[in-house]
Amino acid sequence: MMKNVRWRVALTVAVIALSVWAFYPLDKKLNLGLDLKGGVHLVLRVQTDDALRSETETTVERLRSSLSRAGVQYTKLEATAADEFRVEGLSNDDAFRTAAAADAESVFDRNSGAGGYTYKIKPNVANQLREETVAQALQTIERRVNELGVAEPVIARQGADQILVELPGVSDVARAKSLISSTAVLQFRLVENGPFPTQEAALDSVNKVLPADSEILPGRQEAASSGSPTPATGFYIVKKVSVVTGNELRSASPGLDQFNRPAVQFTLKQDAAVRFGTFTQTNIGKPLGIILDKRVMSVATIQDRIVDNGQINGITRDEMQNLVITLKSGALPASLTYLEEQTIGPSLGEDSIRSGVTASIVGLAATTLFMLLYYRLSGVNAIVALVCNLIILLGLMAYVGFTMTLPGIAGFVLTMGIGVDSNVLIFERIKEELDLGRGVRASINAGFSRVFLTLLDTHISALIAAAFLFQFGTGPIRGFALTLTIGLISNLFTSTFVSKTLFELVLGRRQQVAALSI
Amino acid sequence: MRLFKNANYDFLRWRWHAVALSWVVIIAGIAVIATKGLPRGIEFAGGTGVVAEFDREPSVEAVRDALNRNYQFGGQDAIVQSYGNPGSRQVMVRVPQVGAEQGTDLATVSAAVEGALRKDANLGTFTIVKREIVSPSVSGQLQSKGIWAFVLSLIGILAYITFRFQLSFAVGAVVATLHDILVTVAFLAFFQYDMTLNIIAAILTVTGYSTNDTIVIFDRVRENLRSHRRDSLNDIINRSINQTLGRTVLTAGTTLLSAIALYVFGGEVLRGFSFTMIVGIVTGTYSSVFVAAAIVTFWRRKQVRPSSAAPSAPAEASAQKQGRKPRRARAS
Repeated sequence: MMKNVRWRVALTVAVIALSVWAFYPLDKKLNLGLDLKGGVHLVLRVQTDDALRSETETTVERLRSSLSRAGVQYTKLEATAADEFRVEGLSNDDAFRTAAAADAESVFDRNSGAGGYTYKIKPNVANQLREETVAQALQTIERRVNELGVAEPVIARQGADQILVELPGVSDVARAKSLISSTAVLQFRLVENGPFPTQEAALDSVNKVLPADSEILPGRQEAASSGSPTPATGFYIVKKVSVVTGNELRSASPGLDQFNRPAVQFTLKQDAAVRFGTFTQTNIGKPLGIILDKRVMSVATIQDRIVDNGQINGITRDEMQNLVITLKSGALPASLTYLEEQTIGPSLGEDSIRSGVTASIVGLAATTLFMLLYYRLSGVNAIVALVCNLIILLGLMAYVGFTMTLPGIAGFVLTMGIGVDSNVLIFERIKEELDLGRGVRASINAGFSRVFLTLLDTHISALIAAAFLFQFGTGPIRGFALTLTIGLISNLFTSTFVSKTLFELVLGRRQQVAALSI
Repeated sequence: MRLFKNANYDFLRWRWHAVALSWVVIIAGIAVIATKGLPRGIEFAGGTGVVAEFDREPSVEAVRDALNRNYQFGGQDAIVQSYGNPGSRQVMVRVPQVGAEQGTDLATVSAAVEGALRKDANLGTFTIVKREIVSPSVSGQLQSKGIWAFVLSLIGILAYITFRFQLSFAVGAVVATLHDILVTVAFLAFFQYDMTLNIIAAILTVTGYSTNDTIVIFDRVRENLRSHRRDSLNDIINRSINQTLGRTVLTAGTTLLSAIALYVFGGEVLRGFSFTMIVGIVTGTYSSVFVAAAIVTFWRRKQVRPSSAAPSAPAEASAQKQGRKPRRARAS
């Protein structure tokens, strides 16, 4: 009998010691959620339609050049939706079908319609494209956030096309947001004409008919901060074809241009450099535009053959730093929109922690007082079990690396109330057994063993609700579901095993026990 | 000390009164929701919320004035209220999202609110301690997720109790839980709390917690059905409720202590949460005593009646016949 008790005490002490080791010191070991630490919480949607649209547009371009090589005429060949293009008025159907089979039909489904064909991206290809786009966006955002130097960021996929970003301790929300969501598609294209003051003026210069291989793009925006060089905003007619894109950059670094203004220096990868070299050689004297996210950043006349390096100038110092980060991390495959944004100042988090701690202390004090008044010495037993429960809860949270949130603190406080319930049930049963005239030891044993199954039932039904709560929730709510779940499990251990051990410890050496303080 | 020693109340006699009372509360709740609506928190309604901490105690009226005068999207729809504990000098401003779905411009509204406040020199200086911007498309998704979580956890509990006890008990427990959710939502409507994620979490917790008392009573019913086979089901249920009355009230009391501590000291963010818990704990205890058992007797009588030879036979006799069933069904 005594040996049994010794073993139980040893196990209890070991569990408690391990838990304390796991969470001590608390402020270093326990992860705090954004709502307690302060920071930015963002939910973005990846516009996966962008990826489909670019696939469609590339295919249309490719088909156009194939058709012109084959000498096939058409009245219409253009994208009609993100995942659809239409061709009409073909001069040679067979030749077109051969070209389309090579250029489009692995990705697109063909539908014959009146006077032409409609091509739509195959559903499985569309799904795969969307999937890849989200995965790629996630990686790019990860790289950018790493460049930001934030400690312990959270970047996770949420649902089909959403990405959750949590940046603890970041206060400059605007910068973080623009860094994350700028698509950073860098292109080098020939400039036909410009700048024009308005879009209409640009159109007028080509007699309202834009060549099929060109488009009108706006120039760079006025820089926000005053005093920096702000080139006039205008509109340019540029070629659609890009010589080199940002994916072919080898490096990007901050630097200065010849007028000592901030500029981004970049170098190209080898094969891109070869291509760029030939291209610049054959186009000496023509203006070349550096285009970032569909804006013409700068236009320079090609003076000589350029091989593998260049610079983007006419930007502010802040823009330069952001541009280096976005260029290094690569372009986003699709644009992003913000669905949700939450900023919590560090002072608010501190307030929350303070009130959470106060509520915990008051809750514990009230419970202790009540248990001591109602159950006298046995109440001490229940409180010791309860404190053990809380220690194990904190220990597990810290050990597994779960995040403590404000609702998590609520779960902690509620665990006290729910936890002590188990001991109430056991003690009431013991009282009942004592009333029936059983001995103290027999009553205690009967109390614990009879109530155990009931406790199992109540805990499991509470766990079922907690599990669905976890499924439903995000960030803070998950923290709550987790504390509640761990609290319930550790409570089953402390309220039955630890509490029983305490009774045995107290009654252990005495042969006959006349009365129980309960 | 002993609460309800040898209690002997005839709870089943009052069950229909209790059910009527519950319906009154629930229908009143529905009426309030139908007329005044259930205010939706920012997570569900979408919009922009800004909490500003001022250097000196701000007046809510002055902030509202500043918005009416300077906020470019119109301050009439703005909700302005003081935030946090008294003396924390914080004011929360909530406005609907303008130009929703234009993702990158999500922050323009909050910038406009801040600008409007900064323009008013009388307000003094302030810092933004919290900023929340939610586009409406997120909120719709959350609503359906929340409803699914309820339905699934109720089904889970139904299945578990059927497995551990039997179907009539499970139906009793789930109806009691449903009752608790409806009453809790009714009270949230009476006091016009904003439906937030935290409140949904609290309601889900109530879902799990309110079955606890019910299970304790059912456990005793099962035990008594075995040891007092000759008594009628109504007697057994009444006796079981009385025998467990002390612990039912005590366990609710201890949890209530924690919930009240949270309500008073837990801070602004957790106030709605702890209010929901308090209502849920009280109604959960009430429903365990009055509703759950009533449903069990009702369900069983309904099941027995068609097969009973004499429709006029006393209900208790048929219930008694049924009373033996759990012993066979249950092995524990």
